[in-house]
Amino acid sequence: MSKTIAPVTESDYLKAYRVMLLSRVLEEKLASLYRAGMIKGGVFLGRGQEALSTATGIHLRKGDIFAPLIRDQAGRLAFGDTVLDTLRTYLGSQLGSMRGRDGNIHRGRPREGYYAMISHLGAMVPAVAGGLLARRLRGESGVVGATCLGDGGTSTGAFHEGLNAAAVDKLPLVVVVANNQYAYSTPNSRQYACADLLDKAAGYGVAGHKADGTDLLDCLQTLRKAVQAAREGGGPQLVVASLLRLVGHGEHDDFSYLDKNLKKTAVGADCLLVAEKYIVDQGWKTAENLAEWRREAEQEVNTTADRVRREPSPDAEEDDWAALSRSEYREQFAAV
Amino acid sequence: MITYLEAIRLAQQKALATDPRVFLYGQDIGNFGGAFKATKNLAAEFPGRVLDAPLSEDAIVGMAIGAAIEGARPIVEMQFADFSTCGLNQIVNHAGTLFYRTGVPCPIVVRLPSGGTSGGGPFHSQSLEAIYAHWPGLVVVTPATVEDAYTMLLEAVALDDPVVFCEHKFLYYHLKAESLPDTSLPIGKARIARTGRDATVVTHGAMLHESLAAATELAEDGYQLEVVDLRSVKPLDTDTVLASVARTGRLLVVSEEWPWGGVSAEVVSRVTTEGFGLLDAAPMRVNAKDTPVPYHPDLWSVHRPTASTIAAAARRLLDL
Ligand SMILES: Cc1ncc(C[n+]2csc(CCOP(=O)(O)OP(=O)(O)O)c2C)c(N)n1
Ligand SMILES: [Mg+2]
Repeated sequence: MSKTIAPVTESDYLKAYRVMLLSRVLEEKLASLYRAGMIKGGVFLGRGQEALSTATGIHLRKGDIFAPLIRDQAGRLAFGDTVLDTLRTYLGSQLGSMRGRDGNIHRGRPREGYYAMISHLGAMVPAVAGGLLARRLRGESGVVGATCLGDGGTSTGAFHEGLNAAAVDKLPLVVVVANNQYAYSTPNSRQYACADLLDKAAGYGVAGHKADGTDLLDCLQTLRKAVQAAREGGGPQLVVASLLRLVGHGEHDDFSYLDKNLKKTAVGADCLLVAEKYIVDQGWKTAENLAEWRREAEQEVNTTADRVRREPSPDAEEDDWAALSRSEYREQFAAV
Repeated sequence: MITYLEAIRLAQQKALATDPRVFLYGQDIGNFGGAFKATKNLAAEFPGRVLDAPLSEDAIVGMAIGAAIEGARPIVEMQFADFSTCGLNQIVNHAGTLFYRTGVPCPIVVRLPSGGTSGGGPFHSQSLEAIYAHWPGLVVVTPATVEDAYTMLLEAVALDDPVVFCEHKFLYYHLKAESLPDTSLPIGKARIARTGRDATVVTHGAMLHESLAAATELAEDGYQLEVVDLRSVKPLDTDTVLASVARTGRLLVVSEEWPWGGVSAEVVSRVTTEGFGLLDAAPMRVNAKDTPVPYHPDLWSVHRPTASTIAAAARRLLDL
């Protein structure tokens, strides 16, 4: 693209690090609430994926579209989601954005460009592409839409069809693939046969970007480049980051199938620790500064959780049970 | 004690052991044993015949169909019934039409972990038997007991036609049986799960147990509900249903599915068209509400029929 890419500054890096940290702390809380039996539904964490996810959310602006997936707590916070609404959804508060109708990772606020994922993997790729098409038809330019996906999600028809369709219309779509080596228990060797998922970019005629998902700096630089390229008319961008899911698929999963050797390879590093070391090595902050930031994050998360726990659950009597917006069309199916 | 889930595992084990044409294909079903452990240890016991699939439902079903054309008997596991819609085209347009178009049958079994559980939410709770039954060319079964889970799965594998096997997740762990039978009622035959003279409750899947609980509740008031477990929704055993209605004169159909055009609508339609004269009162039905399945337990427990909503409907039917 024509313009040069602004370098990632100290303040960019630290800002992103704090999002990662808040996400990590929040997810630790979710895990402990889950163990205490307080979460409604399942808990699926993004531990180890915070650098990539943050880098995605943080490069989007108000007015952009973001459709995060299973492991994007960090990207959600970077895009403007809050600790409060996260906890409300997980703890089943009536005041959460999903009103108890859907939960945890499925939350979103589509009117704010924050799409609410359906579980069916790949489905958000064409949906974001369509959102971008509408923006274009409306005469808007400079908008970017990003969605995230796992290695497993790239095997779906929806991923293929969505990326292909977006490429045909040269839409400003950024698809961020977190290649975390597993789809639930399925290793990459049973998921795809190409040497690198990035090879798929050429097949769709879209730009490809490789990132080290364990390294915040690399993630920030790569996403900055990809988002800017999309924003400037470069068409769809496929980002593939390699990393390792550092937790089970969900908190119910013991992760017994993990190949322990992977932990010792380049993908096995914990991006949060890598970032902390980098910050200290650069002399930007001391370990004590970072510990203080962690305490602040814990304070925010704990206070919010205590508050949310006192909020009411959704009330089945009050719910209008409406799946159609037009009330005249609602059929009152009764037992008679 | 053998759980409903274990019965499904044992049926697959037996099918693999006794029929060399059988193989299993699905996500995470190999060494991991499946999301619910319905294939636990089977990959080790039957090397090369329990295969992990990529995250591609369309391809999974399509490959099963091709294999069936070549004489294999694949059993496909969808991780959740809800994701089978990503393989819908192959199931309904390919498996469902093959015999009609070519005279070649399509002996595949597609296992759908179905139905609601607390906290499951809109995409891990669906009951899709009605949509699959709507398309011609598919057998759709809904075992409600441990014994049926076992014998019907074995029968499904032996059938030459494609079978959509709707196993209910709510029953996986807490339904238990002492032992497994060798024989059972065939697919296509309903079972009278409880006899009664005052009204007929027709149901299937997890709602059998809610209906039986409702029948127990009404028995305390001196009313006897006859409960019919459909077992398979296609073919649907209209004869058994009509015979029961002939005895009781009243019909209540209970189903966890959405109300529009579901199994309950089909049963009511058959009884009113074929047995109108048997009815002493207008038939009634109880279904889930006409919204996606809510994730919050407090909403979910109101969304689906329960023993108490079934009992309340039965009381109205009996004019109490
Ligand atoms: C179409 C579809 N099939 C199956 C599932 C069930 N499922 C949920 S997550 C998951 C694994 C996803 O793996 P991947 O895409 O690599 O993402 P990761 O969990 O590793 O972040 C599966 C199979 C689903 N959600 N959607
Ligand atoms: Mg993965």
